[in-house]
Amino acid sequence: MGKRVGMEVAIASAEAAALCRFEVAAVYPITPQSHVAEHLSDIVNDGRVDASFMTVESEHSALSAAVGSSATGARTVTATSSQGLLFMSEVLPIASAMRLPIVMIIANRAVSGPINIWNDHSDIMPMRDTGWISLFAENGQEVVDMTIQAFRIGEDRRVMLPVNVNMDGFQLTHMVEPINMPDQEEVDRFLPPYVPYATLHPDRVVSMGTLGMPEIYAEAQKSKDVAIVNSIHVIREVWKEWEAQFGRKYEPIQSYRTEDAEIALVTMGSMGETAEVGVDELRKQGVKAGLLKIRLWRPFPFDELKKAVKGIKVLAVTDRACSFGGPGGPVFSEIRSALYDVPKRPKIVNYIIGLGGRDVQVEDFTAMVLRAAKGKLSEPYEFYGVRG
Amino acid sequence: MMNTAMKNPKNMIENFELYAPKLVSKEEFFSPGHRACQGCGEALAIRLMLKALGKDTVITNATGCMEVISSLYPTTAWNVPWIHVAFPNSASVGSGVEAGLAALRRKGKIADRRVKSVAIGGDGGTMDIGFQALSGAMERGHDMLYVCFDNEAYMNTGIQRSSGTPFLASTTTAPAGKKIPGNQVWKKNLAEIMVAHNVPYVATACQSYPIDFMNKVKKARKLKGPSYIHCFVTCPTGWRSPSETCIQLGRLALETGIFPLYEVEDGKYRMTVEVPEKRRPVQDYLKGQGRFRHLTPDQIQTIQERVDIEWETLMIKVRNSKSKEELRAPRAK
Repeated sequence: MGKRVGMEVAIASAEAAALCRFEVAAVYPITPQSHVAEHLSDIVNDGRVDASFMTVESEHSALSAAVGSSATGARTVTATSSQGLLFMSEVLPIASAMRLPIVMIIANRAVSGPINIWNDHSDIMPMRDTGWISLFAENGQEVVDMTIQAFRIGEDRRVMLPVNVNMDGFQLTHMVEPINMPDQEEVDRFLPPYVPYATLHPDRVVSMGTLGMPEIYAEAQKSKDVAIVNSIHVIREVWKEWEAQFGRKYEPIQSYRTEDAEIALVTMGSMGETAEVGVDELRKQGVKAGLLKIRLWRPFPFDELKKAVKGIKVLAVTDRACSFGGPGGPVFSEIRSALYDVPKRPKIVNYIIGLGGRDVQVEDFTAMVLRAAKGKLSEPYEFYGVRG
Repeated sequence: MMNTAMKNPKNMIENFELYAPKLVSKEEFFSPGHRACQGCGEALAIRLMLKALGKDTVITNATGCMEVISSLYPTTAWNVPWIHVAFPNSASVGSGVEAGLAALRRKGKIADRRVKSVAIGGDGGTMDIGFQALSGAMERGHDMLYVCFDNEAYMNTGIQRSSGTPFLASTTTAPAGKKIPGNQVWKKNLAEIMVAHNVPYVATACQSYPIDFMNKVKKARKLKGPSYIHCFVTCPTGWRSPSETCIQLGRLALETGIFPLYEVEDGKYRMTVEVPEKRRPVQDYLKGQGRFRHLTPDQIQTIQERVDIEWETLMIKVRNSKSKEELRAPRAK
């Protein structure tokens, strides 16, 4: 049953990809993803995985090469962060339109300006609508598990979509954590070899990426939407199977102490663990607090959210990205929209926190909850603890 | 190959009928019915290129005329595996195709035979927006061929100036205005830049010399490693030239020395199509095209002088360059 190791999470994510026997890795280095790139190349150059490692000259080329190799039917992995993800953005919706199950490990980092190498979610949020399945990991174990799950989900014939696994830069990538590393035989049992639908090979000639006129373009977009919406059934199924095989439970939205909660925080990514401690503190003070942690960002788990908020009076949604001039942070506006038609919906407030690596501590979570509980929020959203 | 066409055009046609079936495969991998303009040199060149490449080929096509005219869903003109992703990345996608095929072949997941990854793009997609991707793919040493089909402007978007646009040509973003007479800089020499990448094979080609072009494609295909062919192609729409002069303009480009046909193998330059000793004046080439209609005799003279210099520069390389193999020899002794 695997092996418990202490391992840096970035390295662990590359180890997880190796367990999936990737065939091509096309990666361009960027902080804080660089340990992923380095370790993938170690794995290939040490001959631990029979794969090609492509030292591409940019992130745009990293994803482009990944599209090319995935289109031949090779299991393909890439990884990036921040500006790199933005540079890839041209190719992101093409990869999903071509239904190529590329897996991308993202070390989430703030986008420039000013330049900042530390963590928030402002890189992945603008990529929300590109048709990729988006998973958010809370700790090193989840990074490893989700990387393996990502191949299985994306390559499922009923899905056939690229998947990104989001791990917070530094907070996760550079942490050494205790991780249950599955062994090869277990992963082989969970993840069958990739059987592509169509490939670039002269034995069966296809044209990929053809021109879509107005008569067909809209249908192409709709089919991508149908595919990602329906993928949630496969994701639930895969997660159930994962739990049965590995004993670790995954849910699109994970609730913490919400059974009788009146006020709940919402987090995504590594902050969940700190928020849990905050909730425990609040409970000690007699506040009926709880926590919802979003693990599946795309497709958005509407049903799970509606179930999870039952009985909750106030929802304090945290965002690690801004939608400048918009209705609030992206997670907040998503949740508010998702709950609009729910008759007994909670009051929903929004804190924008942890931008560009700004530390968010237990006291911050308790303070946010207490303030929201008092209804002290005049604006739809607030930059928590920010000067000016 | 001798330029027999110029010496005796009649003979060339007779010879062609006699030898064509042996020289040129009858198999078509680029189907008729595509939507290219009448007299499109690029569509012709692609048809010839595919005949030379054969079926074991995967094409990666940059965004541009060729992708638009050949792949209107649900139709396709391509009888070889083909992929189009975006404008700037056909070289990187093609390098990924090569890496993917290599991995799958190594692992026995696909048939154990060589399938060549060939990436193509226009001058804009290669010399401008795709330049970095091309440089990376060539430098990484993939077993792939890149062919740039250079019709000297962004024709697909409406004849805008690219770094392949010749000096003083009028384009929609470098128009022959009252003050500024068209494109103000000399055409970028991408073949030379590829030579500087130390790839084993670089060649120039033109649709008007089909056998020469196909021989070069065959050579590049056979070679293991990266290779680059810069194929000069006529664009009647963008050049404002009659469709029926497509082949003639390619020949005039050669005979004036404006676009010489040569190859650089392992660093050694060699002319592949003979240019008459007394090159024709550039005027002969320029006069048939609307994009040069505004040129004054002085401007034509400037172009002539620059072409002469470029020509001499190339001749020096042809005379003096040595292959790496030749350079290695003396030391070994």
